[in-house]
Amino acid sequence: MIPLSLEALQFAYPGQPPVLHGIDAVADTPAVIGIVGPNGAGKSTLLDLIAGQRTPTAGQCTLGDQPVHGLPRELLCRQIAHVPQLVPADVPLTVEQVVLTGRLPHGSGLFESEADYAAMEQALRHTRLTAFRGRPFAALSGGEKQRVLLAAAVCQAAPILLLDEPSAHLDPENEAAMWELFGELKQTGHLVLVVTHHLALAAQHCDRIWLLDQGRLAADGNPCAALEPARLEQVFRVPFHWHQNPEGRVFLTYGH
Amino acid sequence: MATDPRRPITALLAVAAAAALAVTVLTPFLGGSGMDYGKLWRGESPDWEIFLNLRVPRTLLAFLAGAALSLAGALYQAVLREALATPSSLGVTSAAALGAVAAIALGSGEETGFPLVWIAALAGAGLVIALVAALARIQRFSSFTLLLTGIALSGISTALILLLHSLAGITRSFQIAHWLMGGIDAVSYPVLAALAAAVALGAAWSIRQARLLNVLMLGEAWAAGRGIDHRGLNWQSFAVGAWLVGTVTAITGPIGFVGLIVPHLLRRLCGPDYRLLLPLSLLAGGAFLVLCDTLSRTVLAPVEIPVGVTTALLGGPFFVWLLWSR
Repeated sequence: MIPLSLEALQFAYPGQPPVLHGIDAVADTPAVIGIVGPNGAGKSTLLDLIAGQRTPTAGQCTLGDQPVHGLPRELLCRQIAHVPQLVPADVPLTVEQVVLTGRLPHGSGLFESEADYAAMEQALRHTRLTAFRGRPFAALSGGEKQRVLLAAAVCQAAPILLLDEPSAHLDPENEAAMWELFGELKQTGHLVLVVTHHLALAAQHCDRIWLLDQGRLAADGNPCAALEPARLEQVFRVPFHWHQNPEGRVFLTYGH
Repeated sequence: MATDPRRPITALLAVAAAAALAVTVLTPFLGGSGMDYGKLWRGESPDWEIFLNLRVPRTLLAFLAGAALSLAGALYQAVLREALATPSSLGVTSAAALGAVAAIALGSGEETGFPLVWIAALAGAGLVIALVAALARIQRFSSFTLLLTGIALSGISTALILLLHSLAGITRSFQIAHWLMGGIDAVSYPVLAALAAAVALGAAWSIRQARLLNVLMLGEAWAAGRGIDHRGLNWQSFAVGAWLVGTVTAITGPIGFVGLIVPHLLRRLCGPDYRLLLPLSLLAGGAFLVLCDTLSRTVLAPVEIPVGVTTALLGGPFFVWLLWSR
Protein backbone atom coordinates (compact mmCIF):
# COMPACT_ATOMS: atom_id res chain seq x y z
CA MET A 1 0.00 0.00 0.00
CA ILE A 2 1.01 3.62 -0.56
CA PRO A 3 2.33 5.15 2.72
CA LEU A 4 0.08 7.68 4.42
CA SER A 5 1.99 10.49 6.15
CA LEU A 6 0.77 13.32 8.33
CA GLU A 7 3.39 16.05 8.51
CA ALA A 8 2.91 18.85 11.07
CA LEU A 9 -0.75 18.78 10.14
CA GLN A 10 -2.76 21.73 11.42
CA PHE A 11 -6.32 22.82 10.81
CA ALA A 12 -8.45 25.72 12.02
CA TYR A 13 -11.93 26.83 10.99
CA PRO A 14 -11.96 30.44 9.75
CA GLY A 15 -11.64 32.87 12.65
CA GLN A 16 -11.34 30.03 15.19
CA PRO A 17 -8.39 28.67 17.14
CA PRO A 18 -6.79 25.53 15.60
CA VAL A 19 -8.69 22.27 15.97
CA LEU A 20 -5.58 20.24 15.21
CA HIS A 21 -1.96 21.20 15.96
CA GLY A 22 1.17 19.72 14.42
CA ILE A 23 0.04 16.13 13.96
CA ASP A 24 2.90 13.90 12.79
CA ALA A 25 2.32 10.24 12.03
CA VAL A 26 3.04 7.65 9.34
CA ALA A 27 1.05 4.55 8.42
CA ASP A 28 2.73 2.42 5.80
CA THR A 29 1.62 -1.14 6.49
CA PRO A 30 -1.81 -2.77 6.69
CA ALA A 31 -3.13 -2.27 10.21
CA VAL A 32 -6.16 -1.34 12.28
CA ILE A 33 -5.48 2.05 13.87
CA GLY A 34 -7.89 3.34 16.50
CA ILE A 35 -8.24 7.12 16.69
CA VAL A 36 -9.46 7.91 20.19
CA GLY A 37 -9.86 10.99 22.34
CA PRO A 38 -12.50 13.04 24.14
CA ASN A 39 -15.34 14.81 22.31
CA GLY A 40 -13.98 17.77 20.37
CA ALA A 41 -10.42 16.43 20.30
CA GLY A 42 -10.36 16.70 16.49
CA LYS A 43 -10.85 13.03 15.52
CA SER A 44 -13.45 13.56 12.76
CA THR A 45 -11.60 16.63 11.47
CA LEU A 46 -8.46 14.51 11.19
CA LEU A 47 -10.36 11.96 9.09
CA ASP A 48 -11.72 14.76 6.88
CA LEU A 49 -8.17 16.04 6.31
CA ILE A 50 -6.88 12.58 5.44
CA ALA A 51 -9.86 12.13 3.09
CA GLY A 52 -8.95 15.38 1.33
CA GLN A 53 -12.28 16.94 2.25
CA ARG A 54 -10.64 19.80 4.13
CA THR A 55 -7.47 21.66 3.33
CA PRO A 56 -4.91 21.90 6.14
CA THR A 57 -4.06 25.39 7.36
CA ALA A 58 -0.46 24.23 7.82
CA GLY A 59 1.46 21.03 7.23
CA GLN A 60 0.20 18.34 4.93
CA CYS A 61 -1.22 14.88 4.59
CA THR A 62 0.43 12.88 1.83
CA LEU A 63 -0.18 9.61 0.02
CA GLY A 64 3.26 8.57 -1.16
CA ASP A 65 4.72 11.95 -2.02
CA GLN A 66 1.44 13.58 -3.13
CA PRO A 67 -0.59 15.88 -0.85
CA VAL A 68 -4.07 14.36 -0.66
CA HIS A 69 -5.93 17.65 -1.11
CA GLY A 70 -4.13 18.17 -4.42
CA LEU A 71 -4.99 14.75 -5.86
CA PRO A 72 -7.80 14.40 -8.43
CA ARG A 73 -10.94 13.35 -6.57
CA GLU A 74 -11.48 10.04 -8.38
CA LEU A 75 -7.86 9.03 -7.93
CA LEU A 76 -7.96 9.90 -4.24
CA CYS A 77 -11.20 7.95 -3.74
CA ARG A 78 -9.64 4.89 -5.34
CA GLN A 79 -7.04 5.04 -2.56
CA ILE A 80 -9.11 6.26 0.39
CA ALA A 81 -12.72 5.34 1.26
CA HIS A 82 -14.24 7.61 3.88
CA VAL A 83 -17.34 6.57 5.81
CA PRO A 84 -18.74 9.65 7.58
CA GLN A 85 -20.43 9.50 10.94
CA LEU A 86 -23.87 10.39 9.63
CA VAL A 87 -25.86 9.84 6.44
CA PRO A 88 -29.55 10.72 6.04
CA ALA A 89 -31.79 8.12 7.67
CA ASP A 90 -34.42 8.13 4.93
CA VAL A 91 -32.31 7.30 1.87
CA PRO A 92 -34.78 5.68 -0.56
CA LEU A 93 -32.29 3.16 -2.00
CA THR A 94 -31.88 -0.57 -1.52
CA VAL A 95 -28.85 -2.10 0.18
CA GLU A 96 -27.45 -3.11 -3.23
CA GLN A 97 -27.85 0.40 -4.60
CA VAL A 98 -26.11 1.92 -1.58
CA VAL A 99 -23.22 -0.53 -1.83
CA LEU A 100 -22.86 0.21 -5.55
CA THR A 101 -22.35 3.91 -4.80
CA GLY A 102 -18.87 2.86 -3.72
CA ARG A 103 -18.00 2.11 -7.34
CA LEU A 104 -18.34 5.68 -8.57
CA PRO A 105 -14.58 6.45 -8.38
CA HIS A 106 -13.98 3.49 -10.73
CA GLY A 107 -16.02 4.94 -13.58
CA SER A 108 -18.58 7.69 -13.69
CA GLY A 109 -20.57 6.35 -16.66
CA LEU A 110 -24.32 6.40 -16.37
CA PHE A 111 -24.46 2.69 -15.49
CA GLU A 112 -22.23 0.42 -13.46
CA SER A 113 -20.01 -2.10 -15.23
CA GLU A 114 -19.81 -5.89 -14.80
CA ALA A 115 -16.71 -5.33 -12.65
CA ASP A 116 -18.75 -3.01 -10.40
CA TYR A 117 -21.38 -5.69 -9.88
CA ALA A 118 -18.70 -8.29 -9.15
CA ALA A 119 -17.13 -5.96 -6.54
CA MET A 120 -20.55 -5.41 -4.99
CA GLU A 121 -21.16 -9.17 -4.69
CA GLN A 122 -17.79 -9.60 -3.04
CA ALA A 123 -18.39 -6.71 -0.63
CA LEU A 124 -21.81 -8.08 0.34
CA ARG A 125 -20.30 -11.50 1.03
CA HIS A 126 -17.37 -10.00 2.93
CA THR A 127 -19.65 -7.98 5.20
CA ARG A 128 -22.20 -10.80 5.49
CA LEU A 129 -24.95 -8.70 4.00
CA THR A 130 -25.98 -10.93 1.12
CA ALA A 131 -29.34 -11.67 2.78
CA PHE A 132 -30.02 -7.92 3.09
CA ARG A 133 -29.30 -7.04 -0.52
CA GLY A 134 -32.81 -6.19 -1.68
CA ARG A 135 -33.95 -4.50 1.50
CA PRO A 136 -34.68 -0.77 1.64
CA PHE A 137 -31.80 1.03 3.36
CA ALA A 138 -34.25 3.28 5.22
CA ALA A 139 -35.90 0.26 6.87
CA LEU A 140 -32.66 -1.03 8.42
CA SER A 141 -31.60 -0.51 12.02
CA GLY A 142 -28.80 1.96 12.76
CA GLY A 143 -26.30 -0.87 13.13
CA GLU A 144 -27.35 -2.54 9.88
CA LYS A 145 -27.00 0.79 8.09
CA GLN A 146 -23.45 1.11 9.41
CA ARG A 147 -22.63 -2.32 8.02
CA VAL A 148 -24.08 -1.38 4.63
CA LEU A 149 -21.97 1.79 4.55
CA LEU A 150 -18.92 -0.27 5.46
CA ALA A 151 -19.82 -2.66 2.63
CA ALA A 152 -19.96 0.30 0.24
CA ALA A 153 -16.52 1.39 1.44
CA VAL A 154 -15.19 -2.14 0.90
CA CYS A 155 -16.82 -2.12 -2.55
CA GLN A 156 -14.84 1.06 -3.28
CA ALA A 157 -11.74 -1.19 -3.24
CA ALA A 158 -9.56 1.49 -1.67
CA PRO A 159 -6.61 0.22 0.40
CA ILE A 160 -7.23 2.86 3.10
CA LEU A 161 -10.56 2.95 4.97
CA LEU A 162 -11.49 5.88 7.19
CA LEU A 163 -14.37 4.98 9.49
CA ASP A 164 -15.95 7.59 11.74
CA GLU A 165 -17.54 5.85 14.72
CA PRO A 166 -18.74 2.87 12.69
CA SER A 167 -19.89 0.88 15.71
CA ALA A 168 -21.79 3.71 17.39
CA HIS A 169 -25.21 2.10 16.90
CA LEU A 170 -24.31 -1.56 17.16
CA ASP A 171 -25.36 -4.10 19.76
CA PRO A 172 -22.50 -6.11 21.35
CA GLU A 173 -22.81 -9.03 18.91
CA ASN A 174 -22.69 -6.82 15.82
CA GLU A 175 -20.04 -4.60 17.35
CA ALA A 176 -17.77 -7.59 17.94
CA ALA A 177 -18.46 -8.81 14.40
CA MET A 178 -17.56 -5.42 12.97
CA TRP A 179 -14.26 -5.27 14.83
CA GLU A 180 -13.47 -8.78 13.60
CA LEU A 181 -14.22 -7.56 10.10
CA PHE A 182 -11.66 -4.77 10.54
CA GLY A 183 -9.12 -7.47 11.38
CA GLU A 184 -10.08 -9.39 8.23
CA LEU A 185 -9.68 -6.21 6.16
CA LYS A 186 -6.20 -5.79 7.58
CA GLN A 187 -5.43 -9.37 6.52
CA THR A 188 -6.47 -8.46 2.97
CA GLY A 189 -4.02 -5.55 2.90
CA HIS A 190 -6.17 -2.66 4.12
CA LEU A 191 -5.18 0.15 6.43
CA VAL A 192 -8.25 0.77 8.61
CA LEU A 193 -8.42 4.02 10.59
CA VAL A 194 -11.32 3.87 13.04
CA VAL A 195 -12.55 6.78 15.11
CA THR A 196 -14.09 5.28 18.22
CA HIS A 197 -15.09 6.03 21.79
CA HIS A 198 -14.90 2.33 22.70
CA LEU A 199 -11.46 2.32 24.25
CA ALA A 200 -11.78 -1.23 25.52
CA LEU A 201 -12.58 -2.58 22.05
CA ALA A 202 -9.90 -0.42 20.50
CA ALA A 203 -7.41 -1.79 23.01
CA GLN A 204 -8.49 -5.31 22.17
CA HIS A 205 -8.62 -5.09 18.37
CA CYS A 206 -6.31 -2.30 17.20
CA ASP A 207 -2.69 -2.73 16.25
CA ARG A 208 -2.05 0.88 17.01
CA ILE A 209 -3.73 3.81 18.73
CA TRP A 210 -3.64 7.50 17.90
CA LEU A 211 -4.73 9.28 21.08
CA LEU A 212 -5.86 12.86 20.43
CA ASP A 213 -6.14 15.44 23.16
CA GLN A 214 -7.24 19.01 22.38
CA GLY A 215 -6.07 18.69 18.80
CA ARG A 216 -2.66 17.23 19.61
CA LEU A 217 -1.42 13.69 19.13
CA ALA A 218 -0.93 12.73 22.78
CA ALA A 219 0.18 9.18 21.98
CA ASP A 220 0.92 6.99 18.96
CA GLY A 221 1.77 3.38 19.64
CA ASN A 222 0.46 -0.08 20.43
CA PRO A 223 -2.64 -0.15 22.68
CA CYS A 224 -0.76 -1.05 25.88
CA ALA A 225 1.68 1.82 25.42
CA ALA A 226 -0.71 4.45 24.05
CA LEU A 227 -3.57 3.70 26.44
CA GLU A 228 -1.44 3.89 29.56
CA PRO A 229 -3.84 4.57 32.50
CA ALA A 230 -2.10 7.69 33.83
CA ARG A 231 -2.14 9.29 30.35
CA LEU A 232 -5.77 8.33 29.78
CA GLU A 233 -6.77 9.80 33.13
CA GLN A 234 -5.02 13.03 32.18
CA VAL A 235 -6.83 13.13 28.81
CA PHE A 236 -10.30 11.91 29.80
CA ARG A 237 -10.28 13.05 33.46
CA VAL A 238 -11.51 9.67 34.79
CA PRO A 239 -9.35 6.86 36.16
CA PHE A 240 -8.58 3.90 33.85
CA HIS A 241 -7.43 0.40 34.79
CA TRP A 242 -5.92 -2.50 32.88
CA HIS A 243 -7.03 -5.98 33.98
CA GLN A 244 -5.83 -9.42 32.99
CA ASN A 245 -8.04 -12.52 33.09
CA PRO A 246 -6.74 -16.03 33.93
CA GLU A 247 -6.35 -16.75 30.19
CA GLY A 248 -3.96 -13.83 29.92
CA ARG A 249 -6.28 -11.46 27.95
CA VAL A 250 -6.10 -7.85 29.02
CA PHE A 251 -9.07 -5.50 29.43
CA LEU A 252 -9.39 -1.79 29.92
CA THR A 253 -12.01 -0.37 32.26
CA TYR A 254 -12.65 3.13 33.50
CA GLY A 255 -14.41 4.94 36.35
CA HIS A 256 -13.99 5.09 40.09
CA MET B 1 -27.21 -11.82 -8.58
CA ALA B 2 -27.84 -8.08 -8.68
CA THR B 3 -30.34 -6.66 -11.11
CA ASP B 4 -28.82 -4.58 -13.89
CA PRO B 5 -31.15 -1.55 -14.04
CA ARG B 6 -30.46 -0.88 -17.73
CA ARG B 7 -33.16 -3.19 -19.04
CA PRO B 8 -36.07 -2.03 -16.83
CA ILE B 9 -35.07 1.60 -17.32
CA THR B 10 -34.97 1.24 -21.10
CA ALA B 11 -38.31 -0.61 -21.12
CA LEU B 12 -40.04 1.98 -18.94
CA LEU B 13 -38.64 4.86 -20.94
CA ALA B 14 -39.81 3.23 -24.17
CA VAL B 15 -43.35 2.92 -22.75
CA ALA B 16 -43.26 6.53 -21.46
CA ALA B 17 -41.96 7.83 -24.78
CA ALA B 18 -44.73 6.00 -26.66
CA ALA B 19 -47.38 7.37 -24.28
CA ALA B 20 -45.99 10.92 -24.50
CA LEU B 21 -45.86 10.67 -28.29
CA ALA B 22 -49.46 9.42 -28.42
CA VAL B 23 -50.64 12.32 -26.22
CA THR B 24 -48.73 14.86 -28.29
CA VAL B 25 -49.94 13.51 -31.63
CA LEU B 26 -53.59 13.06 -30.66
CA THR B 27 -54.36 16.18 -28.62
CA PRO B 28 -54.01 18.72 -31.49
CA PHE B 29 -57.06 17.04 -33.02
CA LEU B 30 -59.12 17.88 -29.92
CA GLY B 31 -60.50 21.34 -29.38
CA GLY B 32 -63.42 23.47 -28.34
CA SER B 33 -64.15 24.73 -31.81
CA GLY B 34 -65.27 22.01 -34.16
CA MET B 35 -62.77 20.97 -36.77
CA ASP B 36 -63.69 19.51 -40.13
CA TYR B 37 -61.45 16.47 -40.20
CA GLY B 38 -62.24 15.88 -43.87
CA LYS B 39 -60.85 19.29 -44.77
CA LEU B 40 -57.92 18.72 -42.50
CA TRP B 41 -57.18 15.40 -44.19
CA ARG B 42 -57.31 17.08 -47.60
CA GLY B 43 -55.15 20.01 -46.37
CA GLU B 44 -57.88 22.56 -47.08
CA SER B 45 -58.32 25.98 -45.50
CA PRO B 46 -58.98 27.04 -42.87
CA ASP B 47 -58.77 23.80 -40.86
CA TRP B 48 -55.36 22.84 -42.15
CA GLU B 49 -53.90 26.27 -41.28
CA ILE B 50 -55.55 26.23 -37.85
CA PHE B 51 -54.13 22.79 -37.20
CA LEU B 52 -50.65 23.54 -38.50
CA ASN B 53 -50.16 27.10 -37.24
CA LEU B 54 -52.16 27.09 -34.02
CA ARG B 55 -52.82 23.66 -32.57
CA VAL B 56 -49.56 21.87 -33.39
CA PRO B 57 -47.24 24.65 -32.16
CA ARG B 58 -49.38 25.08 -29.06
CA THR B 59 -49.14 21.37 -28.28
CA LEU B 60 -45.40 21.37 -28.89
CA LEU B 61 -44.98 24.42 -26.65
CA ALA B 62 -46.99 22.73 -23.89
CA PHE B 63 -44.87 19.60 -24.21
CA LEU B 64 -41.54 21.42 -24.11
CA ALA B 65 -42.62 23.71 -21.26
CA GLY B 66 -43.98 20.82 -19.18
CA ALA B 67 -40.85 18.77 -19.83
CA ALA B 68 -38.55 21.61 -18.77
CA LEU B 69 -40.52 22.54 -15.63
CA SER B 70 -40.82 18.94 -14.52
CA LEU B 71 -37.11 18.31 -15.10
CA ALA B 72 -36.19 21.46 -13.16
CA GLY B 73 -38.36 20.27 -10.25
CA ALA B 74 -36.70 16.84 -10.25
CA LEU B 75 -33.25 18.49 -10.29
CA TYR B 76 -34.03 20.79 -7.36
CA GLN B 77 -35.50 17.90 -5.40
CA ALA B 78 -32.33 15.90 -6.06
CA VAL B 79 -29.82 18.50 -4.91
CA LEU B 80 -31.84 19.62 -1.90
CA ARG B 81 -33.06 16.07 -1.09
CA GLU B 82 -36.47 17.59 -0.42
CA ALA B 83 -39.68 16.53 -2.21
CA LEU B 84 -41.23 20.00 -1.78
CA ALA B 85 -38.38 21.77 -3.56
CA THR B 86 -39.71 23.08 -6.87
CA PRO B 87 -39.08 26.10 -9.09
CA SER B 88 -42.15 27.72 -7.51
CA SER B 89 -41.38 26.94 -3.87
CA LEU B 90 -37.79 28.14 -4.27
CA GLY B 91 -38.98 31.43 -5.73
CA VAL B 92 -37.41 30.81 -9.16
CA THR B 93 -40.66 30.97 -11.12
CA SER B 94 -41.71 34.26 -9.50
CA ALA B 95 -38.27 35.77 -10.00
CA ALA B 96 -38.27 34.75 -13.67
CA ALA B 97 -41.73 36.28 -13.95
CA LEU B 98 -40.49 39.49 -12.30
CA GLY B 99 -37.66 39.72 -14.81
CA ALA B 100 -40.01 39.13 -17.70
CA VAL B 101 -42.63 41.58 -16.40
CA ALA B 102 -39.93 44.21 -15.97
CA ALA B 103 -38.90 43.66 -19.58
CA ILE B 104 -42.52 43.87 -20.78
CA ALA B 105 -43.26 46.97 -18.68
CA LEU B 106 -40.07 48.84 -19.37
CA GLY B 107 -38.96 47.34 -22.65
CA SER B 108 -40.45 46.47 -26.01
CA GLY B 109 -43.92 45.75 -24.67
CA GLU B 110 -44.05 42.44 -26.48
CA GLU B 111 -45.09 39.58 -24.29
CA THR B 112 -42.78 36.98 -25.77
CA GLY B 113 -40.24 39.27 -27.28
CA PHE B 114 -37.06 37.30 -27.64
CA PRO B 115 -34.40 37.94 -26.57
CA LEU B 116 -35.15 40.78 -24.12
CA VAL B 117 -37.90 39.04 -22.13
CA TRP B 118 -35.94 35.82 -22.21
CA ILE B 119 -32.75 37.43 -20.91
CA ALA B 120 -34.68 39.29 -18.21
CA ALA B 121 -36.47 36.10 -17.09
CA LEU B 122 -33.17 34.22 -17.01
CA ALA B 123 -31.58 37.03 -15.00
CA GLY B 124 -34.43 36.96 -12.46
CA ALA B 125 -34.34 33.17 -12.12
CA GLY B 126 -30.55 33.16 -11.98
CA LEU B 127 -30.34 35.83 -9.28
CA VAL B 128 -32.78 34.08 -6.98
CA ILE B 129 -31.28 30.63 -7.40
CA ALA B 130 -27.78 32.05 -6.87
CA LEU B 131 -29.02 33.55 -3.61
CA VAL B 132 -30.62 30.26 -2.56
CA ALA B 133 -27.47 28.30 -3.48
CA ALA B 134 -25.26 30.78 -1.63
CA LEU B 135 -27.42 30.52 1.50
CA ALA B 136 -27.26 26.75 1.28
CA ARG B 137 -23.48 26.87 0.93
CA ILE B 138 -22.45 29.70 3.25
CA GLN B 139 -25.14 29.69 5.93
CA ARG B 140 -25.59 25.89 5.78
CA PHE B 141 -29.37 26.43 5.65
CA SER B 142 -31.42 23.24 5.81
CA SER B 143 -33.59 22.38 2.80
CA PHE B 144 -36.67 23.38 4.76
CA THR B 145 -35.21 26.79 5.64
CA LEU B 146 -34.28 27.27 1.99
CA LEU B 147 -37.89 26.55 1.03
CA LEU B 148 -39.09 29.18 3.50
CA THR B 149 -36.53 31.58 2.05
CA GLY B 150 -37.81 30.75 -1.43
CA ILE B 151 -41.37 31.48 -0.34
CA ALA B 152 -40.23 34.87 1.06
CA LEU B 153 -38.36 35.67 -2.17
CA SER B 154 -41.41 34.65 -4.14
CA GLY B 155 -43.49 37.08 -2.07
CA ILE B 156 -41.03 39.90 -2.75
CA SER B 157 -41.05 39.14 -6.48
CA THR B 158 -44.85 39.12 -6.52
CA ALA B 159 -44.94 42.48 -4.73
CA LEU B 160 -42.54 43.98 -7.26
CA ILE B 161 -44.58 42.53 -10.12
CA LEU B 162 -47.69 44.20 -8.71
CA LEU B 163 -45.78 47.47 -8.41
CA LEU B 164 -44.66 47.29 -12.05
CA HIS B 165 -48.17 46.30 -13.05
CA SER B 166 -49.68 49.29 -11.30
CA LEU B 167 -47.14 51.68 -12.81
CA ALA B 168 -47.50 50.35 -16.37
CA GLY B 169 -49.78 52.03 -18.87
CA ILE B 170 -53.12 50.45 -19.68
CA THR B 171 -51.94 48.49 -22.74
CA ARG B 172 -48.90 47.05 -21.05
CA SER B 173 -50.87 46.50 -17.87
CA PHE B 174 -53.27 44.28 -19.86
CA GLN B 175 -50.35 42.45 -21.46
CA ILE B 176 -48.76 41.85 -18.07
CA ALA B 177 -52.03 40.58 -16.58
CA HIS B 178 -52.54 38.18 -19.50
CA TRP B 179 -48.96 37.01 -19.42
CA LEU B 180 -49.03 36.44 -15.65
CA MET B 181 -51.90 33.97 -15.94
CA GLY B 182 -49.49 31.49 -17.46
CA GLY B 183 -50.74 30.47 -20.83
CA ILE B 184 -49.84 28.21 -23.69
CA ASP B 185 -50.38 30.11 -26.91
CA ALA B 186 -49.34 29.30 -30.42
CA VAL B 187 -45.82 30.54 -31.02
CA SER B 188 -43.73 30.55 -34.16
CA TYR B 189 -41.72 27.50 -35.14
CA PRO B 190 -38.37 29.34 -34.74
CA VAL B 191 -39.27 30.12 -31.11
CA LEU B 192 -40.21 26.47 -30.62
CA ALA B 193 -36.90 25.40 -32.13
CA ALA B 194 -35.01 27.73 -29.77
CA LEU B 195 -36.96 26.38 -26.80
CA ALA B 196 -36.37 22.78 -27.91
CA ALA B 197 -32.63 23.45 -28.13
CA ALA B 198 -32.59 25.05 -24.67
CA VAL B 199 -34.52 22.13 -23.13
CA ALA B 200 -32.34 19.57 -24.92
CA LEU B 201 -29.18 21.18 -23.53
CA GLY B 202 -30.56 21.18 -19.98
CA ALA B 203 -31.85 17.63 -20.33
CA ALA B 204 -28.58 16.27 -21.72
CA TRP B 205 -26.57 17.82 -18.89
CA SER B 206 -29.04 16.67 -16.22
CA ILE B 207 -29.25 13.08 -17.38
CA ARG B 208 -25.45 12.87 -17.47
CA GLN B 209 -25.44 13.74 -13.74
CA ALA B 210 -28.09 11.15 -12.83
CA ARG B 211 -25.72 8.63 -11.26
CA LEU B 212 -24.05 11.37 -9.20
CA LEU B 213 -27.47 12.55 -8.03
CA ASN B 214 -28.21 8.99 -6.91
CA VAL B 215 -25.08 9.05 -4.74
CA LEU B 216 -26.03 12.48 -3.41
CA MET B 217 -29.13 10.90 -1.85
CA LEU B 218 -26.74 9.64 0.86
CA GLY B 219 -25.72 13.18 1.72
CA GLU B 220 -22.92 15.53 0.79
CA ALA B 221 -20.32 13.94 3.07
CA TRP B 222 -20.95 10.55 1.50
CA ALA B 223 -20.89 11.99 -2.02
CA ALA B 224 -17.56 13.73 -1.30
CA GLY B 225 -16.12 10.41 -0.16
CA ARG B 226 -17.06 8.88 -3.52
CA GLY B 227 -15.24 11.61 -5.43
CA ILE B 228 -18.15 13.94 -6.19
CA ASP B 229 -17.58 17.69 -6.13
CA HIS B 230 -20.95 18.17 -4.46
CA ARG B 231 -20.66 21.95 -4.25
CA GLY B 232 -20.02 22.18 -7.99
CA LEU B 233 -22.82 19.71 -8.70
CA ASN B 234 -25.25 21.73 -6.57
CA TRP B 235 -24.34 25.04 -8.23
CA GLN B 236 -24.57 23.58 -11.71
CA SER B 237 -27.90 21.88 -10.98
CA PHE B 238 -29.34 25.12 -9.58
CA ALA B 239 -28.10 26.97 -12.65
CA VAL B 240 -29.50 24.43 -15.13
CA GLY B 241 -32.85 24.48 -13.30
CA ALA B 242 -32.90 28.29 -13.52
CA TRP B 243 -32.00 28.08 -17.23
CA LEU B 244 -34.96 25.77 -17.90
CA VAL B 245 -37.45 27.71 -15.77
CA GLY B 246 -36.32 31.12 -17.02
CA THR B 247 -36.52 30.05 -20.65
CA VAL B 248 -39.98 28.53 -20.31
CA THR B 249 -41.36 31.34 -18.17
CA ALA B 250 -40.22 33.92 -20.73
CA ILE B 251 -42.49 32.28 -23.31
CA THR B 252 -45.45 30.98 -21.33
CA GLY B 253 -45.59 33.11 -18.20
CA PRO B 254 -45.44 31.53 -14.76
CA ILE B 255 -46.80 27.99 -14.64
CA GLY B 256 -46.61 26.43 -11.22
CA PHE B 257 -46.76 22.93 -9.72
CA VAL B 258 -45.64 20.91 -12.78
CA GLY B 259 -42.23 20.46 -11.13
CA LEU B 260 -43.91 19.27 -7.96
CA ILE B 261 -46.64 16.93 -9.17
CA VAL B 262 -44.88 15.05 -11.94
CA PRO B 263 -41.52 14.09 -10.34
CA HIS B 264 -43.21 13.24 -7.07
CA LEU B 265 -45.77 10.89 -8.63
CA LEU B 266 -43.07 9.30 -10.78
CA ARG B 267 -40.86 8.75 -7.73
CA ARG B 268 -43.74 6.97 -6.04
CA LEU B 269 -44.50 4.86 -9.12
CA CYS B 270 -41.04 4.05 -10.43
CA GLY B 271 -38.60 4.55 -7.56
CA PRO B 272 -35.91 7.09 -6.85
CA ASP B 273 -33.23 6.18 -9.46
CA TYR B 274 -32.49 9.46 -11.24
CA ARG B 275 -31.29 7.60 -14.34
CA LEU B 276 -34.95 6.76 -14.83
CA LEU B 277 -36.57 9.62 -12.97
CA LEU B 278 -34.98 12.49 -14.92
CA PRO B 279 -35.80 11.32 -18.47
CA LEU B 280 -39.18 10.10 -17.25
CA SER B 281 -39.88 13.53 -15.69
CA LEU B 282 -39.06 15.06 -19.03
CA LEU B 283 -41.49 12.85 -20.97
CA ALA B 284 -44.27 12.74 -18.37
CA GLY B 285 -43.97 16.46 -17.57
CA GLY B 286 -44.42 17.25 -21.24
CA ALA B 287 -47.41 14.94 -21.58
CA PHE B 288 -48.91 16.29 -18.34
CA LEU B 289 -48.87 19.90 -19.50
CA VAL B 290 -50.23 18.93 -22.94
CA LEU B 291 -53.16 17.24 -21.19
CA CYS B 292 -53.62 20.22 -18.82
CA ASP B 293 -53.64 22.57 -21.81
CA THR B 294 -56.13 20.38 -23.67
CA LEU B 295 -58.33 20.43 -20.58
CA SER B 296 -57.92 24.21 -20.31
CA ARG B 297 -59.07 24.86 -23.87
CA THR B 298 -61.89 22.31 -24.01
CA VAL B 299 -63.61 22.14 -20.63
CA LEU B 300 -65.27 25.59 -20.82
CA ALA B 301 -64.99 26.02 -24.62
CA PRO B 302 -65.13 28.44 -26.28
CA VAL B 303 -63.72 30.11 -23.17
CA GLU B 304 -60.13 29.09 -22.46
CA ILE B 305 -58.75 28.71 -18.95
CA PRO B 306 -55.09 29.75 -18.65
CA VAL B 307 -53.08 26.57 -18.18
CA GLY B 308 -51.38 28.09 -15.12
CA VAL B 309 -54.79 28.18 -13.46
CA THR B 310 -55.40 24.50 -14.27
CA THR B 311 -52.00 23.38 -12.94
CA ALA B 312 -52.51 25.48 -9.80
CA LEU B 313 -55.96 24.00 -9.20
CA LEU B 314 -54.48 20.52 -9.51
CA GLY B 315 -51.21 21.31 -7.78
CA GLY B 316 -52.50 23.20 -4.75
CA PRO B 317 -54.44 20.26 -3.29
CA PHE B 318 -51.57 17.96 -4.29
CA PHE B 319 -49.14 20.12 -2.31
CA VAL B 320 -51.39 19.98 0.76
CA TRP B 321 -51.76 16.23 0.39
CA LEU B 322 -47.99 15.92 0.13
CA LEU B 323 -47.55 17.90 3.35
CA TRP B 324 -50.09 15.74 5.16
CA SER B 325 -48.57 12.49 3.96
CA ARG B 326 -45.03 13.34 5.09
